[in-house]
Amino acid sequence: MRRFDYHGAETLEQASRLLTDLGDDTFLFNGGTDLLVEIRERLRRVRNVVDIKGIPGLSDITYDETRGLTFGALVTVGRLERLALVRERYPNLRDALASLGSIQVRNRATVVGNVCRASPSADTIPPLIADGAFIHIYSRTNMRVVPLAEFFTGPGKTVLAKGEIVTGITVPPAGDNSGKAYIKHGRRKAMELSTVGVAVSLSMDDGVCSDIRIALGAVGATVLRAPAAEAILRGTRLDAATVKSAADKAMEECTPISNVRASADYRRDMVGVLTGRAITQALEASA
Amino acid sequence: MKRIVELTINGEPRDMTVETCCSLLDALRDDVGLTGTKKGCDVGDCGACTVIVDGQPVNACLMLAVEAEGCTVETVEGLQPGVDTLHPLQDAFMRHGASQCGFCTPGILMMAKKLLDDNPRPTDEDIRFGLSGNICRCTGYTKIFDAIKSAALEMEAARS
Repeated sequence: MRRFDYHGAETLEQASRLLTDLGDDTFLFNGGTDLLVEIRERLRRVRNVVDIKGIPGLSDITYDETRGLTFGALVTVGRLERLALVRERYPNLRDALASLGSIQVRNRATVVGNVCRASPSADTIPPLIADGAFIHIYSRTNMRVVPLAEFFTGPGKTVLAKGEIVTGITVPPAGDNSGKAYIKHGRRKAMELSTVGVAVSLSMDDGVCSDIRIALGAVGATVLRAPAAEAILRGTRLDAATVKSAADKAMEECTPISNVRASADYRRDMVGVLTGRAITQALEASA
Repeated sequence: MKRIVELTINGEPRDMTVETCCSLLDALRDDVGLTGTKKGCDVGDCGACTVIVDGQPVNACLMLAVEAEGCTVETVEGLQPGVDTLHPLQDAFMRHGASQCGFCTPGILMMAKKLLDDNPRPTDEDIRFGLSGNICRCTGYTKIFDAIKSAALEMEAARS
């Protein structure tokens, strides 16, 4: 492996200072399942890594009925995946977690790392955006909280400034009569990056859709919301014709590219199919 | 930059003196001399380097040796309950011909051990899910699944 220096930080302030003071080619090191691969395959030039795993207080998972689920930056994908609470209340996130990499990868990779890597095809991002998650950001001068939907600025790019560190994510609680779904589309079941990922979270009130969020993965520079499709669905009974027209609208709203995994046309078609399917699945789950 | 890492490997306290950029896999193979753990892809895709760290299976190639400070690591060398005794999984793999070139076998054995420790009576689907991060290019997996099912039955019989 190309050589680099390792720095174990014991506090957020120390980690933040190291990230700014050690100069370019210094990267935060968390689960390492992406960074170590990038170093080994020479995709990223790295001189220093700053390990945040020794910082206390970043491993907690809490839940309460008003705030929802909060997990720290060090919480692994596998740990969250195995939690009964996540299985019961965030089945969409649970499906995304269980489809990421392999069991071995999930035991090292962190959810916050998957999010901060800002890949448009990251599995955990669509369900977190559909659920209205917030991200907690530390800097040496202040803390800020950003809606996850506003966190990404491009592929691999986020609003994080140098020296800022994500400390955790909060996912609001699901209301009564809510339903959620995440559908990942790939060429195989395991060890697969998604070709298209669609997450839907909705609330029903007396048979009428009172709120809905649709998040589309791997069909744009970032994970996208589909606001026009959502607007078609809000206030309706989600009958088949309305769902179909919303799915068609989502196809117009996405901006896929062609790459080694699929063509843009195929991805767009799959957005239509999977959006309809995910809405139906979320609706059934809300009953 | 070198550092001394103290950890427990297969029940024994050990020290490793490693470069801080060295993977746990390279440290186990080159510094500790435990070459049972294999280097297949070295990027977390193949599962050949699977070891169990603090009770959870991980790719040893995707972990730095320095991150194992204070950890308990189990490798395939620790699977045998005693000299001249095989783990039921090792025995079943031999009887079923579940190993051809053998390169994936240590990783699959460790993954299967973890699977049976957590779930003594796995379904076919449980086994497929449990091994989805381990690639075998020889066997077509059928004999591996047969061996794991057979070992599960033997381990259950031994317990009762």
